[in-house]
Amino acid sequence: MYKRNPLSAHQLKPLALFFAALTVSGSALAWQPERPVEFVVTSGAGGGTDTFARTVQSIIGKHKLMDESIIVSNKGGGSGAEGYVYSASSKDDPYKLTFGTNNEYLLPEVGEMPYAAEDLQPVAAMAMDEFLIWVNGDADYASAKDFIDAAKQNPGKMQFAGSQSKDTDQTLVSMIEEATGADFRYVPFNGGSQALVQLAGGHVDANVNNPNENLGQWQAGMVKPLCVFSPEQLPKGEPVYEDKGWGDIPTCISQGIDISEYRMPRTVWLPADAPQEAVTYYQELLRKVSETPEWKDYTTRTVQTSQFLTGDELEQYIDDNAETVRKVFEQEGWNAS
Amino acid sequence: MNNLSLLMDGFATILTWNHLLIMVIGVMLGMLVGVLPGLGAPNGVSLLLPLTFTMDPVSAIILLSCMYWGALFGGSTTSILFNIPGEPSSVATTFDGYPMARNGEATRALTLAFMSAGLGALAGVVMITLLASSVAQFGLRFSSPEYFAVYFLAFCSFIGMSSSAPSKTLVSMMLGLAFATVGMDSVSGGLRLTFGIPDLVKGISFLVAVMGLFGIAELMVTTEEGLSFNGIKSRIRVRDILRTMAELPRYWASLIRSILIGIWMGITPAGPTAASFMSHGIAKRFSRHPERFGKGEPNGIVSPEAADHSAGTSALLPMLALGVPGSATAAVMMGGLMIWGLTPGPMLFITRPDFVWGLVASMYLGNVVAVILVLSTVPLYASILRVPFAIIGPVIVAVIFTGVYQVANSTFDFWLLLFFALLGYLFKKLDYPVAPLVLTMVLGHRAEEAFRQSMVMSDGSLTVFWSNSLVTTIMGLGVLMLVWPLFSRMLGLRGWRRRLHRQKPQASKPATPDSRP
Repeated sequence: MYKRNPLSAHQLKPLALFFAALTVSGSALAWQPERPVEFVVTSGAGGGTDTFARTVQSIIGKHKLMDESIIVSNKGGGSGAEGYVYSASSKDDPYKLTFGTNNEYLLPEVGEMPYAAEDLQPVAAMAMDEFLIWVNGDADYASAKDFIDAAKQNPGKMQFAGSQSKDTDQTLVSMIEEATGADFRYVPFNGGSQALVQLAGGHVDANVNNPNENLGQWQAGMVKPLCVFSPEQLPKGEPVYEDKGWGDIPTCISQGIDISEYRMPRTVWLPADAPQEAVTYYQELLRKVSETPEWKDYTTRTVQTSQFLTGDELEQYIDDNAETVRKVFEQEGWNAS
Repeated sequence: MNNLSLLMDGFATILTWNHLLIMVIGVMLGMLVGVLPGLGAPNGVSLLLPLTFTMDPVSAIILLSCMYWGALFGGSTTSILFNIPGEPSSVATTFDGYPMARNGEATRALTLAFMSAGLGALAGVVMITLLASSVAQFGLRFSSPEYFAVYFLAFCSFIGMSSSAPSKTLVSMMLGLAFATVGMDSVSGGLRLTFGIPDLVKGISFLVAVMGLFGIAELMVTTEEGLSFNGIKSRIRVRDILRTMAELPRYWASLIRSILIGIWMGITPAGPTAASFMSHGIAKRFSRHPERFGKGEPNGIVSPEAADHSAGTSALLPMLALGVPGSATAAVMMGGLMIWGLTPGPMLFITRPDFVWGLVASMYLGNVVAVILVLSTVPLYASILRVPFAIIGPVIVAVIFTGVYQVANSTFDFWLLLFFALLGYLFKKLDYPVAPLVLTMVLGHRAEEAFRQSMVMSDGSLTVFWSNSLVTTIMGLGVLMLVWPLFSRMLGLRGWRRRLHRQKPQASKPATPDSRP
């Protein structure tokens, strides 16, 4: 009778190594998720980032682009910092796909955040959201020029409502001040929809919301756009209110506000140490998503520019974008020391 | 009435077996989500959202809104039975609901809560049907100073609510404000009171705090008192449910007042949580027997519940009429709207009347379905209290810890939970009131934000709070609430004293219902 195991440890070792090698080479060939993937959304439910992530989720589900299921978790605390901290602390976990904007690298610039921009690696940028100057539907300004002139006559009196503090909205307002010499008062609110209500109710003079945030109220004539911060006018579409559509809005640069482009990328991230194979997998997955008719429908409806960026292109974009914004931060003294 | 005929069309749209089945499923899922602490209505609705991607918008919104009703009802259940609010808005229900259940009247407490909640919700829907557009326009008049005034009024109507010493109430309120400060300050964009702990960046979740302060702390006290729930004596008979329903008209004054408060707070939109607190505070203030509150007073259950649900329902009005969410759950539903291909906004009434009026019709039916379903669960829930504490106690602990983890998938929250449990226990032992802490914790952040936005708008001048008739009226009401106790004492000092003497022997009797022989 054998007293010891039929296979000695000595014999087992090469066998174990063989199987280990097999699994390693297997995963190197093509990484595939083997359990549900968590979509970490860096905004509250119902926000722009939330709609972005859930649209991606619905497209993946509809076209069966991934076998494993998707769990969406909203972590919008601290202007989205909650979500970034959450994924940054999971180091190399390829199952935490994080959805955000450019606030991933802007938040650590202005505040002492418990994560650094480098703790996450960019996977892809999928769309660019536009910014416009909006005023109340009953306001007298016929053009952005009128609006700026009025602001110059009342320095420090005209109020811009915006989402959060020292974030994209306030940055843009500072850039407008710098470009025109006007002096505004910026009132931070908790999200674009509150900034919208304040404008529709006539409590503030303007906001710089994204198209989708104000679309429903423009349809009703409660607010109206003056100009858009893009190099060219937006593509022609159906009229929204009184024969005017998105394509009829003049660019801000044509109105004498010298900011040719200000956009916000819709970005997807993974923890910095997640395996490269996983990054490639998600890039392919998201590319497929961005080529579906549903994605086109989403970007058209929300008046975003579909633009799929990965790899070096994306790195370059992030560097340029961060550089632009950093200048404003330095000017305003918002930098975290 | 054009609205009424449109509503009839809405009923025609939704009255199919398919939709009725969706309603029942939605309500039952909602009740489950509401009963499980930590999950909550907004989380439940967003969990269910992916399921609706392939449905048509009308069925999808029926499913989600019915889940919302179910969750609102479910949240009150645990408040009453275990002193654990399933939703922030049902905290105020614990003040009188739990004592009544402990006195062996769990069936009565649950029935009162569900019936008044159902009535509140129905009143909210009627308001939406009749006044949709004009009321929504009123909501637009609210800016930051008005918001602050509303919160100020909510605080003031609650002050003097507890029977403890005023200085202790003050300590409790200040602690609540301090907890509300933790995390990111949205006006300056900086982090406050996080002590370099990454988990505190998101702030302290109100649900975690409440589960510690109420749930675990209550279990600790019960354990100390000898492992017994008085509810064990409670007998469950269907007749009790019917008798309680017959008793409801007696509280008509509280009902109407609370419904008005709820509708108003839902539209403005200060939200159901502020509404339920305020309603409970005002009910006590205007009661002829304020000393009975906190010991199982029926008006103390009816008021917060009716206000909570009328506010919860009215909160859907800004979403439909203006395209702005009135509550966290409405925000999730609006996100859903966009994914289904609809644009939330004022034009929704014109472009998709079938959707809007289908939803309104489903609010009527869904709430009736919800009331029937929750009432049928009363005997089941009430019988849970007959399970010996030695069994149910550990189960509650497990449920609470699971719930806390569900809030943010964070193990750090366990430590927070234990911290708040100890704090709650200390508060009980030293006779500090917990309610003011909870109130300021849940509303403090928003009140501060509104105050500082007002200061930015007015360039630092406090006169902004008296700058128009609306804000002046609300602030005036708040100040009146604040000085009312002093005022009434000065006016009727002798009558007050006489009443106090007469009530003293009565008041001292139920003060020690827990002492065992």
